[in-house]
Amino acid sequence: MEYLLHLAIVISIYSILGLSLNLIVGYTGLVSMTQAAFYAIGAYATAIAMTSYDINFFLAILIGIIISGLCALIIGYVLSRFDGDYFTLGSLGFNIIITAILVNWRGFTGGATGIPAIPRPSLFGFDLSTNLTFFILALLAVVVIYFICKFIVRSSFGRVLKAIREDEKAIQVFGYNTHYYKLAIFAIGAMMAAVAGALYASYLSYISPATFDLNESVFILSIVVLGGLANNKGAIWGAALLILLPEALQFVGFPSAVAEELRQVIYGLAIVLFMLYRPQGLVGEYKL
Amino acid sequence: MSTLKIKNLYKHFDGIKAVDRLTLSFEAGKITGLIGPNGSGKSTLINLLTGVVPFDSGIVIVAETTKLSKIRPYEVASFDITRTFQDVRLFEQMPVMDNILVVLTKRSVTGSLFERHKKYHLEKAKEVLEKVGLWEKKDELAANLSYGQRKLLEIARALAMNAETYLFDEPFAGLFPEMIKIVSSVLKELRDKGKTVVLVEHNMELIRELSDYCIVMDSGELLAEGKPSDVLSQKVVMEAYLGE
Repeated sequence: MEYLLHLAIVISIYSILGLSLNLIVGYTGLVSMTQAAFYAIGAYATAIAMTSYDINFFLAILIGIIISGLCALIIGYVLSRFDGDYFTLGSLGFNIIITAILVNWRGFTGGATGIPAIPRPSLFGFDLSTNLTFFILALLAVVVIYFICKFIVRSSFGRVLKAIREDEKAIQVFGYNTHYYKLAIFAIGAMMAAVAGALYASYLSYISPATFDLNESVFILSIVVLGGLANNKGAIWGAALLILLPEALQFVGFPSAVAEELRQVIYGLAIVLFMLYRPQGLVGEYKL
Repeated sequence: MSTLKIKNLYKHFDGIKAVDRLTLSFEAGKITGLIGPNGSGKSTLINLLTGVVPFDSGIVIVAETTKLSKIRPYEVASFDITRTFQDVRLFEQMPVMDNILVVLTKRSVTGSLFERHKKYHLEKAKEVLEKVGLWEKKDELAANLSYGQRKLLEIARALAMNAETYLFDEPFAGLFPEMIKIVSSVLKELRDKGKTVVLVEHNMELIRELSDYCIVMDSGELLAEGKPSDVLSQKVVMEAYLGE
């Protein structure tokens, strides 16, 4: 049961990351490789607030969301000047910069060794220390973020995002300053990723920069692409698929020594096969 | 009254003069045919007027009062100017209806975030789609339309803007006869409503039939202008077209 709850919590965290990146990649067409950086900012802000300043998780998560949103506005302002491949390369650069800051700002982030002993959340004296209570919290976060995403993509704002994805120059001619729209959705996605980061930090009680490197951004992008671009349910399906697939492989009997390497091979292979035979992903409504 | 004027508009690409110090005016309540051989700068002029391509120098004057030495694409709509593209540019993986609704949306991030389309928007979308005969296709993805239907959808999208100046870049290219009739009647209706209509077109019969005024460009320069019947019979125009 604990194992299943663990998987459910991890899937919930990655579902939030998938949902957040789907707004940026799937709906707006901006192939961003920075999502792990915002995930990290949320995790570190929450962890530092809780361990160094003894701030309650729910206030710490709010701090993480705000800091991540502000960082996204700065990074997004720079990135909004780029198009297509240049945007992707620029976003990749920012992920590397954020990871480097986490490693080198030792006094604040703990450097490469990270931050240990991050407590679990508590609310009005009620401790959410069991995996079951934590799962309920994570699930609640997924539900809230899912409905926020649904609200966004069904609004006129969401329709403009899709138009930007389809032909940015054309939609500009009809009176839209697309820089603001791209910046807004980039910041919204970053704030959602910060929620996932806060949950991750509190759940594992330990974070280090290694968790949030470029591979993590690739993994989050894989969730969105495999689950299905421009479909919120797709992000959740993608997270479930990519978390459960390697777990299922354990039962096939691969030696544990090669299991991790095999996991990477399977991610890569799955992406290649999907791109070849189902470029819109499992339930996607858009092809890159 | 002239709603759109350009003075000494200049644009070059790698030393080649695409639009060479052009001074023109487009009158309200008239269809102005803009013709010229391939590469004469007609589409470039439309792109300069809508900010898709920035111009090097010169001035664009809108509604006699607003003088612009630079045009950003997202400002164009605020000058009541809209356009279609020579190569159709739709929002391909969006339904036909959404291709129209998206231009009826509020132009601010927060405004559009909390906006849900009301009866007015839906009726406007229905009106323009019915006008071009695409109402039945409203739920189809734009990418699934035929070439002619895609051209018509672009025109419907421009109509939804309710602008004062319409720049149509080869709207008849590749259309069936019944579609040509639809587009012709749309253009005439806009003229009758007092709008400024600029029509880039290669079909001389359509230029003769629809244009009230005709401007001929060659190598980015003004070659001739005047009534279509007068302009099209000029030797210099015929030479430019036939390369004599």
